Amino acid sequence: MMKTIQNFGLGLFIIALIVFTAMLGLGHQKLSKSNIGISNEFHKNAILASASELGILDKELSNVAFIPKVKEAIKKASLQLEEQAKISIPDGVNEWDYKLGSWKNSEYLSLMVKNSAHGPVQNNPMLFFFLTFGLAILGGLMFIVPKFNSSPGIKNDGIYHNPLTRGLKFNAKMLFLIPTIIGVIVYGFFKYQNYFWPLVTFVLIGLISLLVFFREKSKDNSPPRSSSPIHTGWLGVIAGLYLTGFYILLYWAPSYINNWISMVNPISESLSGNEASNWFLYGLMYSIIVIVMGVRMMSKYRHNKYQRIRTWSVMFFQTAFAFLIPEILVRLNQPWFDFKNIWPLDYDFFFKYNIQELTSSGSLGIFMLVWGIVLIILGVPIMTYFFGKRWYCSWVCGCGGLAETMGDPFRQNSDKSLRAWKYERWIIHGVLLAAIIMTSMVLYHYFTGKNMLFGFNTENVKSWYGFLIGAGFSGVVGTGFYPVMGNRTWCRFGCPLAAYFGLIQKYKSRFRITTNGGQCISCGNCSTYCEMGIDVRHYAQRGQDIVRASCVGCGVCSAVCPRGVLKLENGSADISSRADTLRAIHITENDIKLLV
Amino acid sequence: MHIVIVGNGISGITAARFIRKRSDFKITIISSESKHFYSRTALMYIYMGHMRFEDTKPYEDWFWEKNRIDLIQSRVESIDFNSKTLSLDSENPMAYDKLILALGSKPNKFGWPGQDLQGVGGLYHIQDLERMESFSKGLQKAVVVGGGLIGIEMAEMFKSRNIDVSMIVRETDYWNNVLPAEESKMISKHIKEHHIDLNLGVNLGEIIDDGTGKASAVTIKETGERIECGFVGLTAGVSPNVHFLKDSNLEIERGIVVNNYLETNQKDVYAIGDCAQLSDPKPGRRNIEAVWYTGRMMGETVAYTITGTPIGYDPGIWFNSAKFLDIEYQVYGDVRNQIPEDQKTFYWEHADGNKSIRLNFEKESNIITGFNLMGIRFRHEVCEKWIKNRTHIDEVVSNLKLANFDPEFFRKNEAAFVSAFNKAFGKSLRLTSNGRLNKVLSFLKS
Repeated sequence: MMKTIQNFGLGLFIIALIVFTAMLGLGHQKLSKSNIGISNEFHKNAILASASELGILDKELSNVAFIPKVKEAIKKASLQLEEQAKISIPDGVNEWDYKLGSWKNSEYLSLMVKNSAHGPVQNNPMLFFFLTFGLAILGGLMFIVPKFNSSPGIKNDGIYHNPLTRGLKFNAKMLFLIPTIIGVIVYGFFKYQNYFWPLVTFVLIGLISLLVFFREKSKDNSPPRSSSPIHTGWLGVIAGLYLTGFYILLYWAPSYINNWISMVNPISESLSGNEASNWFLYGLMYSIIVIVMGVRMMSKYRHNKYQRIRTWSVMFFQTAFAFLIPEILVRLNQPWFDFKNIWPLDYDFFFKYNIQELTSSGSLGIFMLVWGIVLIILGVPIMTYFFGKRWYCSWVCGCGGLAETMGDPFRQNSDKSLRAWKYERWIIHGVLLAAIIMTSMVLYHYFTGKNMLFGFNTENVKSWYGFLIGAGFSGVVGTGFYPVMGNRTWCRFGCPLAAYFGLIQKYKSRFRITTNGGQCISCGNCSTYCEMGIDVRHYAQRGQDIVRASCVGCGVCSAVCPRGVLKLENGSADISSRADTLRAIHITENDIKLLV
Repeated sequence: MHIVIVGNGISGITAARFIRKRSDFKITIISSESKHFYSRTALMYIYMGHMRFEDTKPYEDWFWEKNRIDLIQSRVESIDFNSKTLSLDSENPMAYDKLILALGSKPNKFGWPGQDLQGVGGLYHIQDLERMESFSKGLQKAVVVGGGLIGIEMAEMFKSRNIDVSMIVRETDYWNNVLPAEESKMISKHIKEHHIDLNLGVNLGEIIDDGTGKASAVTIKETGERIECGFVGLTAGVSPNVHFLKDSNLEIERGIVVNNYLETNQKDVYAIGDCAQLSDPKPGRRNIEAVWYTGRMMGETVAYTITGTPIGYDPGIWFNSAKFLDIEYQVYGDVRNQIPEDQKTFYWEHADGNKSIRLNFEKESNIITGFNLMGIRFRHEVCEKWIKNRTHIDEVVSNLKLANFDPEFFRKNEAAFVSAFNKAFGKSLRLTSNGRLNKVLSFLKS
């Protein structure tokens, strides 16, 4: 019975996924004078003229055929206006109201695609919402809820027999990772028509590899643990490709997913009063996934109150703070603001447009600005001193929330080799440094109005950071790689805020994982299920308290330990001596002290 | 100096690591089972799909070369203690200066008819796991003979793959030759709740051949009942893996006889771990203790002795732990199935029937002697210190929060325990310490 309900739920989920994917091909685009949606008359007329020239006006085209043509039309219009401007600009019109600058391209593209779309999705958005989100939620819950019937306790049975969760062979992993990195950077080169920062990125990646292999002698640590031969889970490969593809479209080609955006339009309008954007779609999906998969966490860890409370917390903060409150603020004509997001994860907090929006939004805007700064300079250090970075990373953060819910089935895929740890330290602190440099340049520009600092264009640095780290790393690799490199790929290797937390946790915090005397049997459950790739067993088997910069305090090591060896605790006493690397496990004769 | 260690389980590996930390001796480890050290206790998790074999290795493969510990995968056929030479099945003979025998155990077989059929086996080595795996495809039913720690593991393994399991257990309640009656009953009940067919107080009659040399059923000796099955797990305990040395000059009883310095009767030959039998065990302790922790301690001890700081083996205060399906078990100190005459015991059980705390103490002096926990985690160091310091039971009970090691936010049971304790002994103790980490650590330092 239980199995039948679960299989039925799985079936519904698969149908929802098929509809969700296939609906992108539904309907058509028909651009006309009346639906172009651009208010600037000069731009509108120029684009209409070039669209007519290209033969896409009043013609039914598929979304995929339409978009390149529109891009071309916008480009043509821009060139034409540029030429015209050289000759004459109508009296009383600002040059930049007349010319079509390239920064307008994506805005116009999305407007034109949105407004010219016709089809079943636009006619019946709620039907499609039900067929995709509705069925997926229903199916997901039918799969999850029966699990509450089984006896409480750790249920990791079959994780390494499952083609979705068993992970990938080392080579298969590299086959995912290397082309993705190269692809993202090369795409960035074409997107920004700028070779300098892509080149710098390649050089930095090479430099980090050299540092890891030679300066840190990782060459001697070969082969790393992760290259052990295991099987590749085919479903994990498909899931990885799907997720990666989703993020590429979401960030860099949202016009191609216009049907998804149209589908959630009514919901956006009822919340904020505005039409949906790709970011609204993402926020809504994100919150729903965190809630549904949060229910799964509740069923899986229902014997463990720490896990239950923590899961409630991430569900709440995602839904309320990251999704509903910002939308309601917009409805009240206030700035969209996520009160729990903290720079440098929130890397555009100090961007000009954000500061201007906040400073021009009355006392609430000023409060938001001050709140954001207070979190950075007081909130983070104080809270982390008392509780470790977990108060944020696995209780509050949105990225953490997704990782702990949707990502939980993939936590075992994190790399536990010493080499991965070495990479982690260079990369994450490198990103923190990059975020600080980028933000300093942005602020320099904000206060001085100058564009160049040390010969670098602040605007280029800002947009490359946003592209590479803000989208490429945190989204495409960070979440797309859940089935490939574990659910905390971004948090572990990339998040600059996690790096900041980590420095405090490592050097000035009461938080640690305590180990229980000599009870460890070195079974390795803790290391296997550590999403941050910490070799927890290394510490547990020698009775050493664990103080690690990366630990997000999810508490799963303690939950999966079959012998009651690990506990997350806050307390300052003896932290350095108990976390000492040379702590021995059990010396019984009085004349033998700790092994040094 | 060439140290040769036979066996790469926890005791042999611990010896090698500590010898390396303390010396530059040449170290060679020989094992026929696997090239690299892995955690035997995690075998079950491989079968259940919680982990891969790779994940059970506590050290990455490059660790051994980096620490100049040579690994040889080969079987030791015989040892010549006079010429100090080992004969190996796939290598040239090897000379040693000092030899550490860490041979481990093998599953007991008590001469049951059919015990050597295909589809019959224990669970100790990787090869045992491979056998289980090879018989698991399409398996409908398995029988597990023996009610120890490995028996319940094997039952859990099969259940994780939806294979029906019957257990044939000699004891009248699960593991009641070790656990006190209440805990034993709790586990029996828990096993049955997991839909495992638990047959108590009966013995294996015979294992029946299906005609092709494969096990097809077992019978129960007492009732003659026949249980059809495709696999029979033999988990009636283990014994030292020393048969290949029986005819040598080495003194062997059940295990290899060693003195307090873990030295055998042969010069420069030591024995540690499951295969070692202490000639003079500490009072209240068995002469062979085949558990992970003692293996580790022996490895450490012998390393000190070999590197020039002779130390007598002192296993300290007894502790152990296990997990029975979903119930964790911890023991500290002296807790026997039959409470000795000079001891008193107080047992508290949670209403859910899955958690309990038992404290044992001396009748006359009221000094704490042991802790037995089911479904509740206690701190090793705190319990050990109370026992070592011969602490009065009242002080232990009032400070019980110091011992609790359950994860944060877990419902605490100390208050319920104390009020039950007060009721039973007509006392009015109150919980004093709050159990915060800093309090615990200052207690441990005091």
